[in-house]
Amino acid sequence: MAHMNLLQAINHALVTAMSADDRVMVLGEDVGHFGGVFRATSELQAKFGQARCFNTPITEQGIIGFATGLAAQGQVPVAEIQFADYIFPAFDQIVNETAKYSYRSGGQFNCGNLTIRTPYGGGIAGGHYHSQSPEAFFTHIPGIKVVIPSNPYYAKGLLLAAIRDPDPVLFMEPKRIYRAAVGEVPEDDYTLPIGRAHVVQEGADITLVAWGAQVSIIQKAAAMAEAEGISCAVIDLCSLLPWDVNTVCASVKRTGRLLINHEAPITSGFASEIAATVQGECFLYLEAPIQRVCGLDTPFPLIHEKEYMPDEHKTLAAIKYAVHF
Amino acid sequence: MAIKERNHLQDIHATHDVHVIKNGLVDIPMLQLLDAQGNLLSQELDLWDEQTALRIFKSMHYIRILDERMVSAQRQGRISFYLACTGEEASVIASTAALSNADMVMTQYREQGVLAYRGYRTEQFMNQLLSNALDPNKGRQMPIHYGDKALNFMTVSSPLGTQIPQAAGYAYGQKMAGEAALTICYFGEGAASEGDFHAGLNMAAVLHCPVIFFCRNNGYAISTPAHEQFAGDGIASRGIGYGVNTIRVDGNDPLAVYLATLKAREIALTDNCPVLIEAMTYRLAAHSTSDDPASYRAKSEEQEWQFKDPIVRMQRHLQQQGWFDQTHIDEYCTTQRAEILQALKTAEVKPKTDISEIVTDVYQDIPAHLARQRDELIAHIKLHRKHYPATIMSNKD
Repeated sequence: MAHMNLLQAINHALVTAMSADDRVMVLGEDVGHFGGVFRATSELQAKFGQARCFNTPITEQGIIGFATGLAAQGQVPVAEIQFADYIFPAFDQIVNETAKYSYRSGGQFNCGNLTIRTPYGGGIAGGHYHSQSPEAFFTHIPGIKVVIPSNPYYAKGLLLAAIRDPDPVLFMEPKRIYRAAVGEVPEDDYTLPIGRAHVVQEGADITLVAWGAQVSIIQKAAAMAEAEGISCAVIDLCSLLPWDVNTVCASVKRTGRLLINHEAPITSGFASEIAATVQGECFLYLEAPIQRVCGLDTPFPLIHEKEYMPDEHKTLAAIKYAVHF
Repeated sequence: MAIKERNHLQDIHATHDVHVIKNGLVDIPMLQLLDAQGNLLSQELDLWDEQTALRIFKSMHYIRILDERMVSAQRQGRISFYLACTGEEASVIASTAALSNADMVMTQYREQGVLAYRGYRTEQFMNQLLSNALDPNKGRQMPIHYGDKALNFMTVSSPLGTQIPQAAGYAYGQKMAGEAALTICYFGEGAASEGDFHAGLNMAAVLHCPVIFFCRNNGYAISTPAHEQFAGDGIASRGIGYGVNTIRVDGNDPLAVYLATLKAREIALTDNCPVLIEAMTYRLAAHSTSDDPASYRAKSEEQEWQFKDPIVRMQRHLQQQGWFDQTHIDEYCTTQRAEILQALKTAEVKPKTDISEIVTDVYQDIPAHLARQRDELIAHIKLHRKHYPATIMSNKD
């Protein structure tokens, strides 16, 4: 075991994957010699050579199109989009190409070896274009998987799983906690299952669900609620597509209440999908309306970042509302 | 005026050899009018007047001072982020000087010199950089994302290259409205790799848009050197491919930039067509305050370019013309330095935008769901005021 932060765990996973399989290649803007703007790809070029870790021109549609072709040929690309806010020029490639490669060819061709890594989320004074959480867009595209880790252990295990998964995976990294999230990480090669949630803590009164950096927020809210005599179950969803319906519903059947927290705007956010499924599966168990504590339906504002964020105070207020409903 | 359309069948002549047009066959020269000593390299020039030259020179100094002060303000934690134009002042400012104030400017994010030249006041720079309530963008965007309708300066957005096709569209609109004005669009050589660059140039050429595409080829896109960005002959060679009139210019030569832009403007407005200018320059600054170039480029390379400092070259030119007054420029710089520091202090203590503004401008009218979200947010903050001590609620409580 080694003590590392989330960024180091990502780097460790990339080193592990590139060491284990010569076909693994890392590409993106500034990922080469420089090691990426967050240093997630630090030293990869020195260790594995420029042919396997290289800078690309600034063209996100090019990066994903190129990586999709590379994957179709049989290589294992890990493409970085520098900020999730800049993924949209690649949306066409992801929606119409990456996600449909297999289906449209009757399974003859696929680009399942592709992993797209991208840092996302607010809380770093990044304004409109360095703060967004666009995960919900990508859960609306059959053919790709969406994975979001919340701590270093899950980051390494899930990234290795994503790289080796037979389907294309969008791996979104919560940049706010790149350095703040620290923990023990096995130095060995290991994977964690995509599609399985992690029960952070059991609880009796309400189930709290989040992913990425917001897991630490619902944990804080759970601790504050506990001080007021409310017992919260805390679930880190880990994967949004596919998501672990069984774990969430089993918990809701025990607690009778559900709260979902995400940074993205509330309307058509992924909380809506979870809420719809849970009310279908757990209708007779629910004792309160499902709570969604999310971002507002506005662009991400720099100056009102603190107020915009679905923080622990808003979460606690919603917990109490649900428990006393 | 009517433009001769190229007929793609008639104008192509047949060849009976396997004819390969070699990469690099077309040699695109770079316009240079001042040498490093400020000597004129051509005697057949319609030179600028003293007033224009001095205004450009002062704006270059102003931006150099502003950038230095703001980088240190960021280091002191007084602003969250900054992005300097150091080394590229001639490219940005001398090109602006060749335009009319009626011309729309769409920039990337390193072109604060446009605003300085057009008369943006120090306090206006500070209000944006400090994200206070007096910033016309209401503090919603990161520092350096300026926008000013009165100065025809379109609000900056961080995504790269997005302004390029927009500039074509805006220029088409200007033409349709019969305005005697065009659009200039600034971007870096890195942004020119985005799909939007190719779409924008092609559309501007096909639709005869009076637009100047001004590329600051400054050698680096964050850490990525130009040779990892493109393999062809810079950005200029692409203009020719799209049927766009193209000029390559020494971006550290203010006179060359000025006269090239003047010519580009004349062509664009007379012929209703786009012109591409590629200014060869160097980003002496870091990409931003989040960046340290020491890890990806040699000090010696930076020093080489410091010898080509556009401000020094401009000063030597002014001296040669007999237009330079050391005392006057020293006084100007001292005054500006003091004014910037004072304006920074003033802007720092100005109130931030009211929380009720969190939902304005998303749409022209506030829809019911946003009004509700605003009300719920304000009610929550009132109830938990101690957790939101900095929130401004001027009309509430």
